[in-house]
Amino acid sequence: MIVADRKPIEEIIEQVKDCKKVLVLGCNECVTVCEAGGKKEVGVLASALRMYYANKGVDNRVDEITLERQCDHEYLEEIREKADQYDAIISIACGVGVQFTAEKYHAIPVFPGVNTCFLGVTEKRGLWTERCQACGQCILAYTGGICPVSRCAKRLLNGPCGGSSKGKCEISKDTDCAWQLIIDRLKAINRMDLYEKLFSIKDWSKDRAGGPRKVIREDVMI
Amino acid sequence: MNAKTPSKLEKIMAAGHFGVTSECGPPRGSDPDVIRKKGELLKGYVDAVNVTDNQTSVVRTSSLAACIHLKLIGLEPVLQMVTRDRNRIALQSDILGAASFDIHNMLCLSGDHQSFGDNPQGQNVHDLDSMQLIQTVRKMRDEGKFLGGDEIKRPPKMFVGAAENPFADPFEIRAIRLGKKVEAGAEFIQTQCIYNLDKFEEWVRQARDRGLTEKVFIMAGITPLKSVGMAKYMKNRVPGMDVPDDVVKRMADTPKEKQAEEGVKICIETIQRLKECKGVSGFHIMAIEWEEKVPDIVKEAGLYPRPQVD
Ligand code: SF4
Ligand code: SF4
Repeated sequence: MIVADRKPIEEIIEQVKDCKKVLVLGCNECVTVCEAGGKKEVGVLASALRMYYANKGVDNRVDEITLERQCDHEYLEEIREKADQYDAIISIACGVGVQFTAEKYHAIPVFPGVNTCFLGVTEKRGLWTERCQACGQCILAYTGGICPVSRCAKRLLNGPCGGSSKGKCEISKDTDCAWQLIIDRLKAINRMDLYEKLFSIKDWSKDRAGGPRKVIREDVMI
Repeated sequence: MNAKTPSKLEKIMAAGHFGVTSECGPPRGSDPDVIRKKGELLKGYVDAVNVTDNQTSVVRTSSLAACIHLKLIGLEPVLQMVTRDRNRIALQSDILGAASFDIHNMLCLSGDHQSFGDNPQGQNVHDLDSMQLIQTVRKMRDEGKFLGGDEIKRPPKMFVGAAENPFADPFEIRAIRLGKKVEAGAEFIQTQCIYNLDKFEEWVRQARDRGLTEKVFIMAGITPLKSVGMAKYMKNRVPGMDVPDDVVKRMADTPKEKQAEEGVKICIETIQRLKECKGVSGFHIMAIEWEEKVPDIVKEAGLYPRPQVD
C-alpha cells in the first residue's frame, strides 16, 4: 500500500487559517490502513481545526467526508454538487488523491493533509516500512524476492557494500541491510548461484528518471 | 600478470614487486598547497597516491582536480570515484577528463552514505554501483566505447581498482564478492584497514582457493593507530571496521606519549607478516592526516627504496 504520515497541524492551519468553509476529505484505502487519512483521522483533523477557529473567535465551518477512493473519477464525482461551497479542501489521501482532487475541482484550492512516504507494509500496528519504489522494471526474481532498489540505502544491485555489519545497514543500527536479507533468502531457497552472477547496469528509464510514466492497456480500454 | 596500461603501479606489481600506495584527502577549501604539501611528504616512498572523492560524504576539493595537482608535482595519482554523486554521464565524462591529463589509475567505489557527511539532506545518485563502474571504465578502455556504444577517440588507459572490506558482513560471501569484482574487471584491490590479521588471511586464502589472487593484485590496507582513543573509535564507530580487543588493549597498555609509536609498530609488524601471505601484492598505507609517518613505515617495513620501472 501507499504509506502516509500525518502532517503537523500547524502546517495545515497555515494554509487554511483565513478560510471560512473547509472540507476535510479522507480516503478509505491505503491511508485508512496506515491510520493517516481515513474516516477516523478526518474526524480528528476536523475537530482540531474547529477548535483552532473557535479559539480565534472566527465563524467557520469544517465539514468531513471520506470517499471510497480519491484516485478514481467515479468516487471523486460524489462531491461534485457540494465542492463549490468550500474555499479549501484538505485532502488527507496520498499525494495521488490530493492531485486528482485538485485536477477535478480546478477552481478550489486543495491542500495536502498528510506526507506521502512510500510503498510499504504494516510490520505491526504503528510500524510501516518501505518495500518498493516502483522502479518500473521489477528485479525481485533475481534477488530472492527482496528489493535492493528500495531497501538498500545505496540501491546497490551488486551488494552488500563494505558498511554492512551484523545484518544492519551502515546508515543505522535500526535498519536491516537489504543485501544481508537477500543473501539469507537466496541461501534459504538454494539459489546462491543468482548471487554469483554480476548484475548488469539497470535501465532506469522506466523509473522516475525517464519522466512521468504511463501504463497504457488498450485491451482493457473502453 | 602483464601490465596493460602505462600505470607505474601496475608495472611494479606486474614485475613481481610489492606495490605501495598511500592516500591524500583533498582539503575543505581551494588551497592547492595543502595537496602539494601532502604529496611532497609521500614523494619517492610510494608508487601512487589515492585521492579520495568527498570521503565520508563531506564536501572537499574534487578528486580529479587534486589528482591533477599531484600529477603536476610528479606523483602518480589514483583517482577515486564514488557512484554516490554522479550518474553515468558524469562518471564517463570525468573518466575522460582524467585520461586527458594522463591519469592512469582509478578506484571504483560506491561511497559512504551521504547521511554521514555535511549534506545529509542531499540526494544520492547510485545510477551505477561500484561493480558497474568497473565494467564501464573497462569497456571504455578495452573496447574504446562509451556505455552508449559510440566510439571514444583516444580511450582512457586506466589501471582499474576496487575496494574490498574483508571484515564486512556476511563474511562467507566476501570472497565470492571479490570474484564478482574481478569478473567485472577489477585489476587491483585495496582493502579496508587490517587489524584482524587472522580474518584477513582467511579471506586471502578463500580468494586463493578461487584462483582470484592470480587475476587481481591485492593491496592490504594499513592504517597506523595514533592513540587508544582512535582504536576505540574505529572499533565502535566506523561501520565495517574490525579492531580486535587485543589491539585495543595493546594500545591501552602503552603510556599515552608512546601510543603513536606503538601504533606505527603495529603497522610495521602487520606489513611484515602479510608480506609472507601468498596472494598479497602490495600495501595501501592510509595514514589519515598523518602523511608524514608514511616514509618511516615504508622504510622500516623494508619497502624502500621503491623499485624503478620504465
Ligand atoms: S525492483 Fe522495482 S518494482 Fe520491484 S520491488 Fe523493487 S522498486 Fe519495486
Ligand atoms: S549496508 Fe547493506 S543496505 Fe546499507 S548501503 Fe550497504 S549494502 Fe545497502
